Amino acid sequence: MLIPILVLMTLGIVFGLGLGWAAIRFRVQSDPVIERIDALLPQTQCGQCGYPGCRPYAEAISREEADINQCPPGGDAGIRALADLLGREAKPLNPENGELTPKTVVVIDEQRCIGCTLCIQACPVDAIVGATKLMHTVIASECTGCDLCLPPCPVDCIDVIEVKPGILRWRSPRPHGVQDPAVPQ
Amino acid sequence: MNKTAMTLASQVELAREAGRHTHHFHGGLHLRHNKKISCRDPVVRPALPELLIVPLLQHAGDIAEPFVSAGEKVLKGQRIGQCQPSAAVHSPVSGTVEAVENRPMSHPSGQPGPCVVIRPDGNEQWVELEPVSDWENASPETLIAKIQDCGLVGLGGAVFPTHAKTRDGRDRQIHTLILNGSECEPYISCDEMLMREQPDKIILGARVLRRALGAERVVIAIEDQMGAVQKALTRAAKLAGSKNISVVKVMTIYPEGGERQLIQVLTGLEVPAGGRPSDLGMVCQNVATAAAVADAVVEGKPLIERYITVTGNGISQPRNFQALVGTPFSHLVAACGDYTDDVARLVVGGPMMGYPIATDDTPVVKASNCLLALTHRDIADPQPEMPCIRCGECARVCPATLLPQQLHLQIKTGLWDQVQEYGLSACIECGCCDYVCPSHIPLVEWFRYGKGEQRKRALESEATELARKRFEDREARLLRFKQERAEKMTRRKQLLKDKAGRGDRIRDAIARAENRVTRTGETPDDA
Repeated sequence: MLIPILVLMTLGIVFGLGLGWAAIRFRVQSDPVIERIDALLPQTQCGQCGYPGCRPYAEAISREEADINQCPPGGDAGIRALADLLGREAKPLNPENGELTPKTVVVIDEQRCIGCTLCIQACPVDAIVGATKLMHTVIASECTGCDLCLPPCPVDCIDVIEVKPGILRWRSPRPHGVQDPAVPQ
Repeated sequence: MNKTAMTLASQVELAREAGRHTHHFHGGLHLRHNKKISCRDPVVRPALPELLIVPLLQHAGDIAEPFVSAGEKVLKGQRIGQCQPSAAVHSPVSGTVEAVENRPMSHPSGQPGPCVVIRPDGNEQWVELEPVSDWENASPETLIAKIQDCGLVGLGGAVFPTHAKTRDGRDRQIHTLILNGSECEPYISCDEMLMREQPDKIILGARVLRRALGAERVVIAIEDQMGAVQKALTRAAKLAGSKNISVVKVMTIYPEGGERQLIQVLTGLEVPAGGRPSDLGMVCQNVATAAAVADAVVEGKPLIERYITVTGNGISQPRNFQALVGTPFSHLVAACGDYTDDVARLVVGGPMMGYPIATDDTPVVKASNCLLALTHRDIADPQPEMPCIRCGECARVCPATLLPQQLHLQIKTGLWDQVQEYGLSACIECGCCDYVCPSHIPLVEWFRYGKGEQRKRALESEATELARKRFEDREARLLRFKQERAEKMTRRKQLLKDKAGRGDRIRDAIARAENRVTRTGETPDDA
């Protein structure tokens, strides 16, 4: 009777010490969930979610302060990916945060630009080049379409244009397909 | 022997034996040929059309930049567009440029694309042609540069720039050049007609390409149903006095004309997934490309003309043409005695891999091997699609040894990691799985969609990474500025507080100011 109790106690102590050591030795500094959530966000840094950037939103989600349906640029696919990661139910985008729009970029009307640099300061990804009292322009390939440069512009010279899929970027459309009992829709 | 376990080096050794024996590839289909109807008449050049529409996208890569504008005169063979590092576009006639604008063109999207519209003057005046003199002793780089100048692309359909493929082969020690003359898709007969009518030119092109690649052997693969072709090619090779050119007949199974399938038939080896034939020391070119190489290097002529089959039950007299790039399909159809009454659909390419086009104003491009006019009878009522019953027929016929039924479900449910793992990128879109599917699932449509989606996701994640990096860099920079400003402020405050040496600093400042005045000749107040 005594021997099994002793054996089990010893085992318990050994394993307990092992686990305690591992908890200190392999401690994870930052919360890996935040990293993984952040990796799924589109990094437009547009702030439509109500947080000042993608990472703060990721932190808010991990603290369960924010819901997963607050990111319009991520779209339905983004919400689904977040739901998969966090084991939650996917839901439609919260209309308070904006609506699903096709990918856009901004262009500066160079005739009207007065060179005030306000948009340059607002751009979170440094996609606008220019200097004081000199013309500014947008590097289209770097623009994420966050529209943060629109409000500060004093002369309203920034236009939003939709990115049209040219013939080189054309993709085959999704076939209609039939309702398949084996496939969850 | 277990071929997957073999080292690459021993595979390359085995590949040197290409064509000695023929082997089999997995799956494939025996299809009705339907080629004879377009092979009855000899190939002719149609009359000059009223307008030629030359698309600026005829190659793999970006849209070419046009060099000409409306109203300009051009000569036959003049370069009118270029896209680095892909292929150049040349004028097929001498005449006047009417416009550079968007026109309907051969593209699966059905979207119009930028084209140069040329009205011929009928003089057929060539630019000064600059062939490579004495090509047999010219350096391979000279030959490759000439091939690039002349705008050559793979004429089998993939339109990959020939110079790029050749240069890559040159760098990778090629032992065998394979010329692909096994056009396995039903109805298409332009390569067969070319081999019948211009075997000398193909052999000449093969020798030029062999020199450019530094290869030892040439293997020309033709189908066993091509009758007189083998004799013609063998005779041409003998006349040229060139050794190490062999003509091999392969069994007609669709799609043995696919590059990877053909290499498997000739060597028994599989080109590694994600790899290229040059991994096995081989380069594969279409026979028509070889003929174009001969034109380019020996005569200096750019690629402005190709053989094209105009066929199908919707055409009165199906036949082959040697047509100028830019000729509208309607012009070719008129030269065939027009459509039959019950024509229903126009397809560019063959019945298995082609795609429908909306209008016959679409012009011939470098890739156009066939125009197929189908009748209502040909396009039987599309049968209703049914759920997959997991019969496995599609996997049995797949020449890339994929599992189409599995991929279909994965794409449908968006399991993109699994789609990648199951090798969607190895799909050649041959349509065999579609053809045998008892549930009439348009599998290839799903696979094309899946490939597009994969490309889109790759681009998106690239853009996300770029944005993240730029955002983080900017944050770091702003933080650095802030710290630097704070440091500067504390330094200044420190100086104000510091009583010792204050008189010296004031004297220094006054001296600096005076120095500035004497140098510029202004008082500090003026400045």
